[in-house]
Amino acid sequence: MSNIITSKDLCLWYGDNQALKNITVDIPEKSITALIGPSGCGKSTFLKTLNRMNDLIPIVRIEGEVCYENKNIYDKDIDINELRREVGMVFQKPNPFPMSIYDNVAYGPRTHGITNKAKLDEIVEKALRDAAIWDEVKDRLRKSALGLSGGQQQRLCIARALAVEPKVVLMDEPTSALDPISTSRIEDLIMQLKEKYTIIIVTHNMQQAVRISDYTAFFLLGDLIEFGETDKMFSNPKDKRTEDYITGRFG
Amino acid sequence: MNKRKIYIGIMKGAMYFCTSLTALLVLFLFGYVLIKGIPNITWELLSTKPSYLAGRIGILPDILNTIYIVIATLIVVLPLGVGAAVYLNEYALNKKVVELIEYAAETLSGIPSIIYGLVGMLLFSNNFGTSILAGALTLVIMNLPTVMRTTQESLKTVPQSYREGAFGLGAGKWRVIRTVVLPGCLDGVITGCILSIGRIIGESAALLFTAGFAHAINDFFTGLTSPGATLTVALYVYAKEEGEFAVAFAIAAILMILTLLINLSTTMVGKYFAKRRNI
Amino acid sequence: MKKNKIFEDIVHGIFLILGLITVGCVVLITIYLIISGLPAIKEIGLINFLFGKQWASTAAEPKFGILPFILTSIYGTSGAIVIGVPIGFFTAVYLSKVANKKVRNIMETSVNLLAGIPSVVYGLVGMLILVPAIRKIFKVPDGASLLAAIIVLAIMILPNIIKVSITSLDAVPKEYEDASYALGASSTETFFRVSVPAAKSGIAAAVVLGVGRAIGEAMAVMMVAGNVANMPSLFQSVRFLTTAVSSEMAYSSPGSLQRNALFSIALVLYIFIMLINATLNFFLKRDKEK
Repeated sequence: MSNIITSKDLCLWYGDNQALKNITVDIPEKSITALIGPSGCGKSTFLKTLNRMNDLIPIVRIEGEVCYENKNIYDKDIDINELRREVGMVFQKPNPFPMSIYDNVAYGPRTHGITNKAKLDEIVEKALRDAAIWDEVKDRLRKSALGLSGGQQQRLCIARALAVEPKVVLMDEPTSALDPISTSRIEDLIMQLKEKYTIIIVTHNMQQAVRISDYTAFFLLGDLIEFGETDKMFSNPKDKRTEDYITGRFG
Repeated sequence: MNKRKIYIGIMKGAMYFCTSLTALLVLFLFGYVLIKGIPNITWELLSTKPSYLAGRIGILPDILNTIYIVIATLIVVLPLGVGAAVYLNEYALNKKVVELIEYAAETLSGIPSIIYGLVGMLLFSNNFGTSILAGALTLVIMNLPTVMRTTQESLKTVPQSYREGAFGLGAGKWRVIRTVVLPGCLDGVITGCILSIGRIIGESAALLFTAGFAHAINDFFTGLTSPGATLTVALYVYAKEEGEFAVAFAIAAILMILTLLINLSTTMVGKYFAKRRNI
Repeated sequence: MKKNKIFEDIVHGIFLILGLITVGCVVLITIYLIISGLPAIKEIGLINFLFGKQWASTAAEPKFGILPFILTSIYGTSGAIVIGVPIGFFTAVYLSKVANKKVRNIMETSVNLLAGIPSVVYGLVGMLILVPAIRKIFKVPDGASLLAAIIVLAIMILPNIIKVSITSLDAVPKEYEDASYALGASSTETFFRVSVPAAKSGIAAAVVLGVGRAIGEAMAVMMVAGNVANMPSLFQSVRFLTTAVSSEMAYSSPGSLQRNALFSIALVLYIFIMLINATLNFFLKRDKEK
């Protein structure tokens, strides 16, 4: 299996605060990689460097490189909008736009120039089916997305991310704001998605990491402590700190 | 102990007295103006222009001028004010620039209207004549801070997560602003609009030397380039220069009713959007 | 790809320009006032202009002293403050601390209405009620006087004072008040001895805002103050800085010393306003920092 995203000596500062220290990691294609670690360890920050969402914060400074399909995404000639189309994102709190369900999903395709009505209908339906929410919303596509439940909103946001046909989907604790039933539906969904997409998911829930991920990266205080296959890491961690964390001794 | 009681008594008394005084003042002003004004509002007054030959006063031209000046001002001030607010809230990174612009806006809102009138005369009327357009442009500068501020307040309430969501889908900055941010600040824009309308309708000092006193009936485009009195300026002229108090009170009553409506609609806009937000 | 970037940069540039328009307006107004205000001052002489006690712009031997206007503006504003601030202040304390929600809502609406009344309407009511009343009560030949202007201005600044004071009083942390109750103070004592001092910057800002509004008001004053260039006296007709500008503008010919002197008056008024704004900002900033 080839690696779709690789980072090399990636460092990141918020002002004077170094939040990531020399992160070097290769993320395999069409797999689920979980980023774990105590809060403030840099896992979310790392996730956001992968589609340059950190650009929105003015005080952030980055060194090192992140390659997506062997191209450094911090190069000057990169088109950020195109990058974010291919490396999509689902946020911690469901954040549907205050528009109809249909318009939410169609937002991305429209952004990237698709205006044909039939084509949009097709994309929207496919994305909603892929996100396993089609049956619940097919009769009210024109209603406001804000009327959906939290779990439905999050699946809608996943559909919205899928509608632009990304190759990678970044997920930042996508279930942390949801109840257990919604959480398990989304976990099922994520596991189906890896057939077509590479998923990188930040989670503070280690059971979740074990349940769904193929690979796990453990972060601590801005360092990447350990990266490897999830089963191996949880059964036989190489680093003492990883062991302490996954056995619940801190964090 | 006794001294303490007296102190409390005086302070309480002063609070009740002053609050009632304020309340009575509002009641009196509205009551007086409406009672003296409404009987003088006749269809003839509303639908004709003044004629010395017929010995009649009509305020139709003033009503039209008021409408023209409101429209002309809003057309210019809305894009400017909303644009400035968008710049401050979405683009500006340099804190110094933000402070400078905000300070300028505060300064503008503190300048008295008579000074606007004077500068408007120098800037606009002296260049293309005393006209509704010159008046409107003067009012644009006056109302810029209002529209800017209400839009800015409202932009701050647009959740950051909307912007992140849109950026995360690969939307460019302008698209994010146009599709997600601007629709979210509609209430601020509308509030700014209503407040500006209130200020435009009530303004007189800034218009005396910029828009003039004429009472001719024009269509919108001729109106723009001709001088014309708004209702408020007409009220001043009829009361101060011509002693036509019946007409003055009729106009005053109309202005009071408009003030009531404007206040009512700002409250309603606020409530409507607050409700929509809480879905 | 490049095209996209250029497009975004252009949009950014447009918004920057829109943002800077406010700054441009302030600069433009300042420059215009200075350019048009200085010539007359140069010709008349700064001292003669500011401290001359006589204004006779159309006399055979014209005199351009604006001390009467300056003093009238200062006295008129101070008078309005002396009357308006206590009324506004006590009303604000009542509404912020004592009144129940319903009363407060009704009163806030009323105050907003008061703020929305155009100044010419104040002028009209003043002309027809206040001016005759002053004539009758004080038995003076003409009721159009400084006193009438002071009363109208006091009413006009009331909404500003009430609104800004309420905001500031509302922001006083409840802990302060609780501490005062815990020491056995009654509610009234708490409001005036703890809440008010805690909100004093905001209340000061309210007063300064009132000063700004009063000194800048033209139309209402024009209608009730009689508009004669006397040195200020409570029962005499007077002319303010603002009304001095507007009353002669219509019949002064462009380029004449008379008209230029009117621009100079506007410049003096503008300088007053700038000083008031600076003071206002000082208090507002201090209020925010706390």
